[in-house]
Amino acid sequence: MAKIIGGVTTSHIPAIANAMANGLEETPYWKPFFDGYPPVRDWLNEQKPDVIILFYNDHGLEFFIDKKPTFAMGVADEYYNSDEGWGIPTIPPVTGESELSWHIANSLVEDGFDMTICQEMKVDHGLTVPLNLMWPGHNYGHVKVIPVCINCEQHPMPQPKRTLALGQAIGRAVESFEDDLKVVVFGTGGMSHQLDGERAGFINRAFDIECLDKLVSDPESLTQYSNYDLVELGGAQAVELNMLIAMRGALLGEVTELHRNYHAPISNTGSGLMLLENK
Amino acid sequence: MASQDSIPGTIMLDGPMATKGYPLNKMCYSFNNASARDEFRADEEAYYEKFKLTEEQKQAMRQRDVIGMLEAGGSIYYLAKFAGILGLNVQDVGGLQTGMTTDEFKAFLVKQGEV
Repeated sequence: MAKIIGGVTTSHIPAIANAMANGLEETPYWKPFFDGYPPVRDWLNEQKPDVIILFYNDHGLEFFIDKKPTFAMGVADEYYNSDEGWGIPTIPPVTGESELSWHIANSLVEDGFDMTICQEMKVDHGLTVPLNLMWPGHNYGHVKVIPVCINCEQHPMPQPKRTLALGQAIGRAVESFEDDLKVVVFGTGGMSHQLDGERAGFINRAFDIECLDKLVSDPESLTQYSNYDLVELGGAQAVELNMLIAMRGALLGEVTELHRNYHAPISNTGSGLMLLENK
Repeated sequence: MASQDSIPGTIMLDGPMATKGYPLNKMCYSFNNASARDEFRADEEAYYEKFKLTEEQKQAMRQRDVIGMLEAGGSIYYLAKFAGILGLNVQDVGGLQTGMTTDEFKAFLVKQGEV
């Protein structure tokens, strides 16, 4: 049977892609951020997961607001990155896993989550930056990735209560898949940040750390928040915390926190890296 | 419980704003293509017409008024692609919206991260 062995939270901001492309990892600005990653890379290289289920949000590469899926997932065997318009380097294709993807899609719709199911899906920095952070030099081709995309741009957006439930439904779907696969779940984005408006630059370290703590021990408590609460407490783009919440939902039971590195600011954001292992 | 109108300095991209902003956002979404960016650079006014921007949206674009673009329904995801054409990053855009220089905005971010 397929088994979820753990989860990772990580930032996915485009500035990271530029920093890696330009070799800035050891500069004073970036070092405290990149220094957090080796323990997570080591764990992934030891555990050798077959599949990564990756929660992210599209920032206007695949999806425009002409048709904006609330929840979308890929079922393809390969995904492509493309020009996002502002000059971050385009990266090599990402390997998919269509058989498990379709199993999850069937199970989710059966379970009441009416996903938009995509056989072609351009994946943006929300997905590519985390993969390159975990396997630098674009060495992620051996890992099969299932992208799950959550609307974090246009209200109404799915609420934390719903994204936790989506994650749990994905967790149950994976555990009912017959093949022996090791699966790790990535929740990418956040944490507190606001790019737009006179309130731009808002960061809330205390709230971010509280969220990381609750993701470990009491994820249900995060469902008390509405998306507007997240905006108030963490800034307009803190709704990306929904991806971290969905990831934690997919881990189903209790977890052990193996590693954490919180650093702010990176670009305009609070960055929360955390490695969780299923008990 | 926070509501749509209770958070200062924040314009929510909800349904009515997304409807209002549609031409502006559609134009900025087109900037994913290099040929569209070239076409915009060659004749901005013609490009506004092509996407049927409202007068409010054209004025905000002409003046590089980011807050004005947001008030006209702009989504920061697409406006960021326009900022890329101008060679601006999110710290530059943060400075423009808050009345700070880019360096002042970066220092503000560092201070925000310390609290």
